[in-house]
Amino acid sequence: MCPELAVRISLEERRKHFLDSMKQYKGRVVICAGTGCVANGSLDVYARFQEVIQEKGLKVAVTLKKEKADFIISESGCQGFCQMGPLVTIYPQGILYTKVKAEDVEEIVEKTLLSGELIERLLYHSPDDHKASADTKHIPFYEKQQRTVLKLCGNIDAQDIDEYIANEGYMMAQKAFHTLSPEEVCELILRSGLRGRGGAGFPTGRKWEATRLQQNDVKYIICNGDEGDPGAFMDRCVMEGNPHSVLEGMIIAARAVGATEGFVYVRTEYPLAVERLKVAIDDARKAGVLGKNIFGSGQSFDIHVMEGAGAFVCGEETALIASMEGKRGMPTPKPPFPAEAGLFGKPTVINNVETLASIPIIMQMGPEEYAAYGTSTSKGTKTFALTGHVANTGLIEVPFGATLREIVQGIGGGVTNDDGSLCGADFKAVQIGGPSGGCLTREHLDMPLDYEHLANVGAMVGSGGLVVMNNQTCMVSIARFFMQFTQNESCGKCVPCREGTKQMLALLDDILEGRATGETLDLLEELAQAVKIGSLCGLGKTAPNPVLSTLRYFREEYNAHVFDKRCPVGRCTALLDFAIEAAKCKSCSLCAKKCPVEAISGEKGQPYRIDTEKCIRCGVCADSCKFGAISRG
Amino acid sequence: MLKVQRATIDNNEVLIEGERNLLELIRKANIDLPTFCYHSEISVYGACRMCMVEVEGRGIVPACSTPAVNGMVVHTNTRQIRNMRKLIVELMLANHDQNCTTCPKSGECRLQKIACQLGVDKVRFKQAEKLAPKDLSSDAIVRDPNKCVQCGDCVRVCQEIQSVGVLDFAHRGAHAKVIPSFDKGLGEVECVNCGQCVKVCPVGALTPKHQINEVWEAIHDKNKVVAVQIAPAVRVALGEYFGYKSGTTITGQTVTALRMMGFNHIYDTCFAADFTVIEEGNEFLSRFEKNERLPQFTSCCPAWVKFAEQYYPDMLTNLSSCKSPQQMFGALCKDMLAKELRIPRENLVVVSIMPCTAKKFEANREEFRVNGNKDVDYVLTSQELALMIKESGIKFDRLEPGSFDLPFGFKTGAGVIFGSSGGVSEAVLRYAADTAGKGSITEFSHLRSDGDIIIETVTIGDIKLRLAIVSGLGKARQLIDKIRRGEEHFDLVEVMACSGGCVNGGGQPVAESKTTVQTRAKSLYDNDKMLQFHNSKDNPYLQKIYNEDLSRPKAHQLLHTHYSNRKRISGEDFILSSKSGQKKLTLTVCFGTSCFLRGAPELYSQLTEYVKRSGLEEETEFKVSFCREKCEKGPVLLINDEVIERCTIDKAIKGIEEALQNMPRQAAEEASAAKESTKA
Repeated sequence: MCPELAVRISLEERRKHFLDSMKQYKGRVVICAGTGCVANGSLDVYARFQEVIQEKGLKVAVTLKKEKADFIISESGCQGFCQMGPLVTIYPQGILYTKVKAEDVEEIVEKTLLSGELIERLLYHSPDDHKASADTKHIPFYEKQQRTVLKLCGNIDAQDIDEYIANEGYMMAQKAFHTLSPEEVCELILRSGLRGRGGAGFPTGRKWEATRLQQNDVKYIICNGDEGDPGAFMDRCVMEGNPHSVLEGMIIAARAVGATEGFVYVRTEYPLAVERLKVAIDDARKAGVLGKNIFGSGQSFDIHVMEGAGAFVCGEETALIASMEGKRGMPTPKPPFPAEAGLFGKPTVINNVETLASIPIIMQMGPEEYAAYGTSTSKGTKTFALTGHVANTGLIEVPFGATLREIVQGIGGGVTNDDGSLCGADFKAVQIGGPSGGCLTREHLDMPLDYEHLANVGAMVGSGGLVVMNNQTCMVSIARFFMQFTQNESCGKCVPCREGTKQMLALLDDILEGRATGETLDLLEELAQAVKIGSLCGLGKTAPNPVLSTLRYFREEYNAHVFDKRCPVGRCTALLDFAIEAAKCKSCSLCAKKCPVEAISGEKGQPYRIDTEKCIRCGVCADSCKFGAISRG
Repeated sequence: MLKVQRATIDNNEVLIEGERNLLELIRKANIDLPTFCYHSEISVYGACRMCMVEVEGRGIVPACSTPAVNGMVVHTNTRQIRNMRKLIVELMLANHDQNCTTCPKSGECRLQKIACQLGVDKVRFKQAEKLAPKDLSSDAIVRDPNKCVQCGDCVRVCQEIQSVGVLDFAHRGAHAKVIPSFDKGLGEVECVNCGQCVKVCPVGALTPKHQINEVWEAIHDKNKVVAVQIAPAVRVALGEYFGYKSGTTITGQTVTALRMMGFNHIYDTCFAADFTVIEEGNEFLSRFEKNERLPQFTSCCPAWVKFAEQYYPDMLTNLSSCKSPQQMFGALCKDMLAKELRIPRENLVVVSIMPCTAKKFEANREEFRVNGNKDVDYVLTSQELALMIKESGIKFDRLEPGSFDLPFGFKTGAGVIFGSSGGVSEAVLRYAADTAGKGSITEFSHLRSDGDIIIETVTIGDIKLRLAIVSGLGKARQLIDKIRRGEEHFDLVEVMACSGGCVNGGGQPVAESKTTVQTRAKSLYDNDKMLQFHNSKDNPYLQKIYNEDLSRPKAHQLLHTHYSNRKRISGEDFILSSKSGQKKLTLTVCFGTSCFLRGAPELYSQLTEYVKRSGLEEETEFKVSFCREKCEKGPVLLINDEVIERCTIDKAIKGIEEALQNMPRQAAEEASAAKESTKA
């Protein structure tokens, strides 16, 4: 039999066999094994399910389709709703239980699994009207999303290639090899309007086409999985939850440009992603979709995992390539672009995880249908890691063009106070795009989110971090937080980034600690512009964004710090001035006892006093005073 | 026909004629765009961001990494660019130790120059306060981290041109810095002291280690006689410090200045170079005749010698055993002049003036001392001599030329051309051709190199010699690797560490372009032409010394040396403890990186404890090897010859016990074998 046919038959057989064997099970329990749920004990829940089902004298399978059993339980990748984890879904009904503990398992098995009853208390209850939802369809968090890249993530067993194949997996890679020419693949992707999901938004099809046109026997595909933004975990979830979709995207890319080898560059802090990718690659090789002469095309393509040491700058493509070559992870000037001279000087396509995972989906949907999602310039969907002061934190996916209001209010369930309670309309800002992005405010709540709109208001899609902030947040401190991050993560190569971010940080410290003048603000702004224009790579060019955008939208907060030496939300301790109101002080001496630096003194019957020289502005006195006699100034 | 390509730069049309990038085009258009990290001979780095320009339609781009394209319209001085350039200099200054007046680079510093040129009158940023200690560990080079602007020039020149790579970036963000590996001193790592980093450093972060004060002290000391030698390459470059055009020969003025400063005897290194020619020529002829230890490598360049000691220790026998001219001079001078003046050797101070930082290291080598007293006491670079002349207030350009003292001041042209790449070979060939009776050939001008590798077959009579002339250690490495792979065969190889030879040495004035170096070399050959003799053997004083003062053994003692293996990780094992008992057991632990990380040190300490506990101490020899190339299977332990992979202490103990059990049998067999052989 010709090898082409052999692979085709084997894929189809595997798909059929999987679906057939799944029919034997009475039910399936899917337990979310994403990071959030694991941290909340989902693995204990998993173990407990096995025990309980067996105690009931029933057989339980853990490996799909291979064992005869009554029930099957499996782990899934992140299902997104991390706030409510551990999540357990019971099939065939699709019942979603939230915040499941090991103690709940027995009841779930008895009632739901064996008798089909719902357990009311484990269902999701809306915080507004306390109405329960039995499945994801009616939970606003899921209802308002458009999960495409993440669709399979929370459902399938990431370690089972057959389940991926049963969900049309590798069919598109096969199609790319059997019915499309390399030009046609590039053209199809170009037509879909797909743009790089790593942040810069360069059209993927153009990148591929440029690499395809290079004359070279050796070309490489690199999957950039060096996700480094604080609070962002989209790529991680895709690699952990659906590694085969990334591999399939790479195989299609290899077809498009004629590549011989691929690498997934994953930060070593993602051990689970590394492990799952390795298993997936191994299975893909055994299935014949990776290796020599794939799909009978005569083209060989294999993929390796490369672990990065976790430098933020290695997410920048030239630095990533340097790091892969065994050099210090520092960016190099472009041109030459990786498409011309990338890894080891060979033409290289380097795409982000989410971009590559979108490829098979685009081919399944067809480029036109995919392009129907999104806005005129930004097509398709985008994942975001929703965190901060928001009721439903987690991993979400929406079409481009969704508004901030839809995300924060609809999916996120509204802004919360510092203690997690809902606080209604107290939205202040979101930081979008991580340390390279900018902040959006109330005025942007109804702006469609896409590459262009965000760039126009001084933010960026970035890799998709979305941090919601309530009105108790000091925006100057936020800008400093991100500045500190980029300063630490700067590789130190070019002067504007190395020295500029250091000085910006020093200027922000001056502002936060009451040493600033009007000149400080002017200098900060001038410097931020220079760093933005002058830096060598994306890290430096975007590092000033948090400062520039907070300056743009929260100038009055800066002014208050600089000119009034006052933090409007009272968060900047250096600007606080603790004082005891004589009229309210009962001279109980509690504050003096609590003060860690003995800055408070007084005598019985006399109001106590604070020595401002000694005071370290920790606020313990004010918190401990029972009479509200201590003001923060 | 190729279309003519043009770009508009600051309203002027400029032809694009194959310039490698926009920066070179802009400089061709007579605009001196400032840069810190751009050097035409090393890779484009794009880090200083000083060469940012505005290209219409593309915005602000760095000129160094932007190709020049037909029709480009470029502005180099918009308001935004001017402000940004100034701001970048301010940022650099804020992180720079601004004690400029006491900096050895003051006046020559590019940061100083550019700050002044751009009119930076104030640094608005917070000044870095904490000063890091200077690295004084090297004999040749001082590294002052507080001056470093992290342009990376030294890193790239050491890696790309010299293939040594002792410097690199470490740490991130504001903590990023350029350091030798593990933040060791330059004197403790594989630095060959060539000083090419000093040459490219735009600021005072890397400077030659000055010995100016020591030399002044010697001059002022009434009990000391100070003799000084001047290397050939100095005389064609020193003038650049005093406003002369590059390549101007100022030998006579230098002699006068030295005399005014108080040096007692003023001599010429070229005189010693004539000795080098004779010794090296004879050595070569003898090896060539016997066809042994070929190719013969020259040995006058101390940076090359250390390079060979570190990376090619197995080829050290191929190096000529001749000392360099500097050290031949020191040995001869200390021996003969001290006797003539009837003073103890200690009271004769020999100073040399060199274009080179590595000569400082060479002078300190143990081989070049007699009872602890150095043959050459102090080495001054051209740069230091210029500083001393300036300090003395001497108006150098007004000086009448003086003459060298005799006999060590008399030279032939062959000694003078030592300062250029190809010069040593040419000088040796002139002598060899003559000695081999093939007539006197005075010029081998096709051997003169300005930095490229020259490979030539030279015919002298019926002898054909295959020569290679290489300068720059990276190129030398490529050539030697070819020789080792058997792809090339040579009889004589001349290696100079600096591209173009000593005229481009690390102690010379900073050469703005390659032309400067070429002009200096050309002047040396012009000097040769003007001299009376061109073959070293015609030097009458040299003949006299050979005839009257130097017996063969003495000549060998004074003029030849030996080399040592400096390879850090060698194929040989290191013996850690070797005990007196009848050795039964040899335990070799691999300490290569992978085994080290996989627990070799722990294994070693557990083993030593076990050996102590079991009373095997006297019977065990511990060795450490470097890389058994079983990195995946580390840690690796050898028990006698038995390899144990993925070794744990339990596995090791089991192996040792087995080995000990087998021992008596083996020993018995050996003993009986020995008996039988004695019987026979």
